[in-house]
Amino acid sequence: MAEWHLYEVFVRSKHGLNHKHVGSVHAADDEMAMENARELYTRRNEGVSIWVVPSAIITASASDEKEVLFDPSEDKVYRHASFYKLPDEVGHM
Amino acid sequence: MTQQEALQEYLLRLADSDMILGQRLSELVGKAPALEEELASTNVALDLIGQARHWYEYAADLINNGRDADNLAFLRDAHDYRNLLMVEQPNGDYAVTIARQFFFDVWHYFTLQSLVNASDERIANVAAKAIKEATYHLRRSAEWVRRMGDGTEESHRRIQHAFDLLWRFTGELVTPDDTDHAMFKAGIGPDPEQLKQDWFGMVHEVAAQATLTPGKEDAWMYMGGKHGVHTEHLGFILAEMQFLPRAYPDATTW
Repeated sequence: MAEWHLYEVFVRSKHGLNHKHVGSVHAADDEMAMENARELYTRRNEGVSIWVVPSAIITASASDEKEVLFDPSEDKVYRHASFYKLPDEVGHM
Repeated sequence: MTQQEALQEYLLRLADSDMILGQRLSELVGKAPALEEELASTNVALDLIGQARHWYEYAADLINNGRDADNLAFLRDAHDYRNLLMVEQPNGDYAVTIARQFFFDVWHYFTLQSLVNASDERIANVAAKAIKEATYHLRRSAEWVRRMGDGTEESHRRIQHAFDLLWRFTGELVTPDDTDHAMFKAGIGPDPEQLKQDWFGMVHEVAAQATLTPGKEDAWMYMGGKHGVHTEHLGFILAEMQFLPRAYPDATTW
């Protein structure tokens, strides 16, 4: 158990187009990670596809860089596509 | 033995083996070596108990004396149980749990593969659903056998010990009796000779990949589960499993 690795689990639901992060599992190898993910995260019919990724290979943004990375976009509302009038015929976009 | 008696007997064997192994695996709730394994083992347990329910329901309909599926599961004593001796063996360490599962899964998989094409439509329908579950069970237990056998010195020693310990119960999986022959003739159960070949074929294949040595085919084997002659373990399993419905027969919610 001490030598088991942590894997992040991504599941695509029946109606979803993309895989979403749902949690993590411990496993000794990739196959076991896939099976453990299946056991833990799809037992209530949640998914049709699973990705497992070793947590160690994920590069994450550092929390102390939050201000530098994300604050500058706070006052740039013009980057949202909310200043255009959509014709009714377009429907939901 | 009429055809219907053979069918009832055969259904009870399928149901009882599923039920007892499901109960055994349920003992791991809160005690498995890892959280992931606990969920995996109990998912398998739930699959098996679900399958048992279908076989019991069919058996109850044939027996047709007012007994239902619950009644067959919870109100029969050990000598009426028809499960394989393999599935009543204690969980032991995790290698024993896995080896027991693997030996059973190989048998279960090839048996269900025949039942999918049974001339009896109700059996074919249950088997069609069950084989998806059993295919996964086998994949999982075979991977664990390889992982342990070809793993560390300690894991190899343990899974080899589990193979040696449980080998004496494997003969019953592949030794047919009158009921098995009758079911084959009726176009329901597997060809006993083929089942035996398939079982040994897969066990030897996986054992080789796992660097394990399986026992000999002609080793002395314990038999009797299919006829109600059990090891000392079954009584204790039933005592725990049946306590509640026996003590509170009118309870409708738990």
